[in-house]
Parts: sequence; C-alpha cells; structure tokens
Amino acid sequence: MNRTGPKLFMCRGHNRHHGIKMHKQQYLLAAKSSIRASLWTLMLLLPHTIQSAEDHSRQAMDSDMNFRIVEDSGPSIRDDGESTADHSKFEILQKDFNNGPEVTEACLSCHTEAGRHFMQSIHWTWEYDHPSSGQKLGKKTLINTFCTNAKGNEGMCAQCHAGYGWKDENFDFSKQENIDCLVCHDRTGSYYKTPNSTGNKACSIMFEGKKPIDWSKVAQSVGKPGRENCGACHFYGGGGDGVKHGDLDSSLKRPNRELDVHMDAEGLNFACTTCHVTRQHIWAGSRYNVIAHDTEGLGLPGERRDVATCESCHSEAPHDYSSLVGIKLNGHTDKIACQTCHIPTIARGGVATMVDWDWRTAGKTRDGAGFKEKNYSQANGAHRATYKSIKGNFEYAENLVPHYDWFDGQMNYTTIETKFDPNQGPVEINGYQGSHNDGKSRIWPFKRMHTIQPYDKVNNTMVYMHLWGDDDDAYWGNYDFGRAIKVGMQKNSVPYSGEFDFVETYSFWPITHMVAPKEDAMGCADCHSKQGRLADLNGFYMPGRDSFGWLDILGYLALGGALLGVLLHALLRKIFSKKQSQGGAQ
Amino acid sequence: MSSQTNNSSHNTKVKTRGEKHYVMIYTRYERFWHWSQALLIFTLFYTGLGLHGTHDLLDFQTAVIIHTYGALALMVLWIFTTFWNFTTGQWRQYLFKEGVLKVIRFYAYGILVGEPHPYKKGLQRKQNALQSMAYMAFMVLIGPALWASGIIYLVYDLWSGHSWSADGLTLIAFIHTAAAFLMGTFVIIHIYMTTTGKTPSHYIKTMVTGYDNIELTEAEIAYIEETHAIAIKDEP
Repeated sequence: MNRTGPKLFMCRGHNRHHGIKMHKQQYLLAAKSSIRASLWTLMLLLPHTIQSAEDHSRQAMDSDMNFRIVEDSGPSIRDDGESTADHSKFEILQKDFNNGPEVTEACLSCHTEAGRHFMQSIHWTWEYDHPSSGQKLGKKTLINTFCTNAKGNEGMCAQCHAGYGWKDENFDFSKQENIDCLVCHDRTGSYYKTPNSTGNKACSIMFEGKKPIDWSKVAQSVGKPGRENCGACHFYGGGGDGVKHGDLDSSLKRPNRELDVHMDAEGLNFACTTCHVTRQHIWAGSRYNVIAHDTEGLGLPGERRDVATCESCHSEAPHDYSSLVGIKLNGHTDKIACQTCHIPTIARGGVATMVDWDWRTAGKTRDGAGFKEKNYSQANGAHRATYKSIKGNFEYAENLVPHYDWFDGQMNYTTIETKFDPNQGPVEINGYQGSHNDGKSRIWPFKRMHTIQPYDKVNNTMVYMHLWGDDDDAYWGNYDFGRAIKVGMQKNSVPYSGEFDFVETYSFWPITHMVAPKEDAMGCADCHSKQGRLADLNGFYMPGRDSFGWLDILGYLALGGALLGVLLHALLRKIFSKKQSQGGAQ
Repeated sequence: MSSQTNNSSHNTKVKTRGEKHYVMIYTRYERFWHWSQALLIFTLFYTGLGLHGTHDLLDFQTAVIIHTYGALALMVLWIFTTFWNFTTGQWRQYLFKEGVLKVIRFYAYGILVGEPHPYKKGLQRKQNALQSMAYMAFMVLIGPALWASGIIYLVYDLWSGHSWSADGLTLIAFIHTAAAFLMGTFVIIHIYMTTTGKTPSHYIKTMVTGYDNIELTEAEIAYIEETHAIAIKDEP
C-alpha cells in the first residue's frame, strides 16, 4: 500500500463512484479505513489473491491521482552565494499568513513591478500566439496526447498554473494577488500545491499525511528557483513522473554527472535558470517556438539573455579544432543539433517515460470499482501503472533512443479547430517542420508519444473531455466517454457531432536535457552505419549508411571480374607452360 | 663493360638494337613514389571500403582519420611526382605508343604459347604501349576523379550551407565511389601483370632494386660512359 512518506495529491476510492449505481455502494463503504481493512482480510482469505507484499503494492488499492509523489522534500542546493537580502529579516514577512494571496501581497509590496512582469509570462497566461504560424497555442486551449485537455479541467490541471484558485472560467487573470510566487521561489522544499477544486466526491481525500504549509516560514525562505521548484510541474508533465518529456523527471533534482553533466549535483549543479535565462520573468527556451539552430552562438561580453541554446555558451564550433576529429565534429553542427549526439538516450535516471497510452481500454471495473495495475517496475524501484480505469493502458520506456528528424524549430499544432483525415495515419498533435534541404533545419532528437484518444468522428476534430469535476458528467467518476466529451465540448462552446471514436495520435517533444558527459556522447558509427540511428531519414547521402545500388553492383562485378579474369589467365598460363615443357621433353 | 657479346639472333643490328645491360631504369625517387603510392592506395582502398560500408573491420572514426591523412599524404606525393615528371621529362614515358594491339594480342594469346614479348624495353621506353595507356588513364582519369572528388568531399563544410549541398554530396560521393572501384580494378590487374615477366617475381624485383636487363643503343652506352648519369651493372 505504500502509504508512508508525504504524498502529494492522492485521490483514493474515487473509482468506486461509478455512476448512480455506485453511490449506494459508496455509502455502504463509507469508513475508508475499514474498507481497506476488510479488503485486506478478504484478500488474505481468498487463496488466489495471496501474493507477496510487493505484488500487493502493484495492485488495485493504490490511490489513483498520485501523479506527484515527492519522497525527497528537501530543496536542491543552489549555489549563488549569499543574497543581498535576508527575507526573514523583512518585517512584512514576519506575520501569520493564512493563505497564498496574502503572501503574494506582501511580496508585491516590495517587488512592485514583479506582478506586472509576471502577468506577461506564459506561466501565468497559459496562452501563446505563435508569431509565424499565427496559431493560438498554450495550455489554456490546446489538445494534448495525455489527459487530452486542460481546458475545462482546470480544477485539476491548473495545479500547475502559477496562480491561486483557477478552477473555471471565472478566474481573474488581472488580480496580482492571484499570482503564486512561492511555487517557484520557496527554498524550503516544503511548499506544495493542491487541486483548485475537489473533483469527484470519490477524490475528496488528498494530501493525507501532508503537513499544512507554514506560510511565514516559506515566505521568509524565498530565493531563486531550484531544480525542484521548476520540477514540481515540469518533471511531472503528462500526469506523472517523466511521463511527458523523457528528458525531464524527478531524477534531475539531484542528478549525477552521467545523467546530466550540467545539473550534476556534485559538479556544475546548474539550476534550470542557468540556461533558461530570464528577463522580467520571461524565460528563454520556448517549446512552441524553438530555436533549432542558433547561428549567433556566443554573445558579446556578458550573457545573452534571450536564448537557452547550447550554442549560446558553447558556440557553434565547440569541438577542438586542432584535431581532425574535432574539425569533423565542428563540421556537423550545421546539420546536427548538439542534443542529437550528446543525449544518447533519455529516461536514464531511473524514471521511465511513457511512450504509449491507449484510452480505449479505460473504464473497466472490478466488482463495480475502478482499479489500477502496476506492472512496470522502473530502475529506481518504483512501480508504474500500466492500467488505470480512469485513463486506460500505458507503456513505458527507459534508456530510450529518441526519434530523430530534421527540425527547423516550427511546431505545427492540431488544435481543437483543426480538421484532419483520420485515415491518413496518426494525427500529429504537435508535428514538427523541417527538411534536409531547407538550409536551416538540423537533425534533432524527439521523444515521440503514441496515443489512441477520442475524437469527433463526424467533424474529424479532436475533442475536449470533461474529466474532472464533482458532477455526474465527469469521466473520472462515471467512465462514460459519451457524456464526458459532450459536456467537455458544450462547456467550451465547441461544436460536437455527438459521435466519437478513437484515433491514433503522435506528439513530439524536442529533447534537450540529460546531456551526457562528452565521453558518453554518441560515436560516428551510431549514425554512419547501415542500420544506424538515422536509417529512417531519407533524401540525402550519408557516408557509411548509403550506397548507390547499381554502382555498387557494377563496382563489385568489376573487382570480382578482374580477380576472376587474372586467376583464369594464370591458370591458362600454367596449363600451357606445362604442355610446352612436355612438348619440349618429347 | 659494353663490349660483351650477346648471342641472341635478333640483336645483331648494333646501331638500333644495343646489347642487354643491367641498368637502373627506375630511379630512387620513382621507386619511392611507386611503393609509397601503392601503400597509400591500399590504405585508402581498405579504409574507403570500410567507410562505404562494404566491411566493418574498422570503426568509422578510425577509418575516417586514416582515410583523411592517407588522402592528404597521397596528394602531397602526387604534387611532388607531377613536379618530378615534368622536370625530368619522364612524363613522355606515358605518351601514346604504337603497337597496343600487338601487346594485347600477346597477353591474350602469345604469352600462353611462348611467343616473345612484342615490345622491347629501353631507357626511354620503360613501359610497353599498353602499360603507357593504362598508366596514362590512371593519371588523367582515375587519379584526378579521385583526388578532385576527394578534395571537394574533404571540404564539404565549406559548401554544406548551400541548398544544393545534399545533391552535391550525392554526386561527389558517387564519383568518388565509382573512381575507387576503377582504381581497385586497376590495381588487381596491375598486380597480376607484374607476374608475367621472365619469372613471376622478375618485374617486382625490378621495381624494388630499380635494375633491369634492357638493350641500350650505342648512343646511350656512350652517354652513360661519358656522364655516369645512369647506374649500370652488367650481369646481375
């Protein structure tokens, strides 16, 4: 059952809340501890359920919504030297705060412009107008390949919004005290966020064993963000540790050198913001508008404040020009992203990343209750759910070789408005753009996520699902796709035909973290070979991988023919010289 | 030394057909050129096949390093040799000579039935007509195709930014590969031909020591006696 240690955000037993029929059962089994006790007894009594304790922990009775289990709640060390301000000495912070907004007001009383700055940030707006594609992007509206949409499910999803209380469309984006300064700036490690609404009745128990936040303490302990501050959301994207990205997971809180040469806790110990430089609370390093090829490289004295690229520190020619290998490698940087060679695999810190999610199987119940199976054990020993009634089936991977392709930095999104042809293969929810001959693309590594998720089969669009809510229409409670989609679309005023089916989708996450030490970078032959990593990329010649079909045949025939010809000639010479000497003897 | 009498019947016309003498026909530089070129071509062919993916006996990085340095060395050698060929006038050895068909006929048939070689080696005629033609092809076709495409290949990074670079690389790789196959074919036949002398090792020995038994004209003998410009040892 693994109930020790502080767990963030768990939701237990909500799966029993299965439509109206289940209400009755839920009332019958009101006392939660006794449920557990009785189930334990039941399991022990039934011979076929007698299993090892470990197997038990992989079985049903685990909480369902525990997407962030933070065992290690200490802060990472950020070595910036001593700050010029000791916040514990500020009078305004030496009081008993009752809630987050009160702390924010105190922050803003000194940092007078910070609120205005921060409100421009995507961490606040969850909106992004793409400058070249014109698409309206951002979590506020996008479809994704995990829990499919934050829109309408903010009560749950906006836990990762850097604000207080966004649970529906009534959230006030203009109120500065709604900004959550602490989620990024708490340096005690003890701060945590909760869902902004309770969700389904069955999900009402959360934060069991979690100490209430000591507001004064965290308010007096602020500083520049450590890896765990950013990681509190970015490590857990997609609904769990490492699920979305593959190169971002909780192993990066205290990585060793092999896992990430920059963030190595005993070494360089970079914080996220060492590379993701900021200017007035706007961060460099956008995934919506990627700088796939930074031709500017190093900045003039002082740091560049506009990019998070490798080149901005290492230049475009970082290898040693005094060796042939170095020259050759520098010659690669115009076509090959640094990440392609220097991140040989992802999800290699002991935490798995999800590679496949099948929504079709969601909604199964056992004895009328939802359940989960944890049949994947990752390298750090944790067991990962391979099935959840609320979500369907999952597959994971570790030490994953990324997907490679030409990328010019432009991601093209399938939004809720995009029409697609479901017969044209998987729908690319965020497809990348690029080609070998556009003069700007480079070969990049991506984590590719494959999902089978609902869509409107008449209008051929993706759908918003109403997953989270304390009403009977929420999928996480009633397991009814039809209702969840209908309400999800209705709530957000999107036309819906009323008929859904499932469609295959891909999403692509450019890989840039988990940079290995140079001795672990990929070798030439990893790509320059017949069955190398770039075997699937077409349209250009690559030494060691490609040959010219008929030229090779002709060439080998010429070599073989010459060899055969001279052997034959030698044989004839031998035969004739024997004849002659015999003739001479006669 | 030149007064020895040769009893061969066809050697009676002293004025045009001198007696056979054991003469240095391949100078030290020529032999250095030949053998270092041989070594480099073997190295380049072997590593090149590795890079091409024909075998994987060498790891790619090692193959690239050896192939690149080998190519640079060969280019330096060829620059020196071009200089040598023109300053010594030896380039004339490779000009077209009459009698190619006779030589071909000899290797196709005559050699089997014990006919004499239709071509007589001389100081200014070190190679037979077929050889001259083959070496000329080597020097003006196969060689340049290899080094020209090779140099362009080597400096790929100078032109990789152009939109045509992918097509350009394909073309260059094609020419380089095709020429390499021709070179390989040339080398196989060339090596075999070295076994067609009086004894199978005769020509090879000549290429090592530089000396061969050739006929000298009286003028040549007189020139050698006067100047000692060419080493001559009678009777090997």
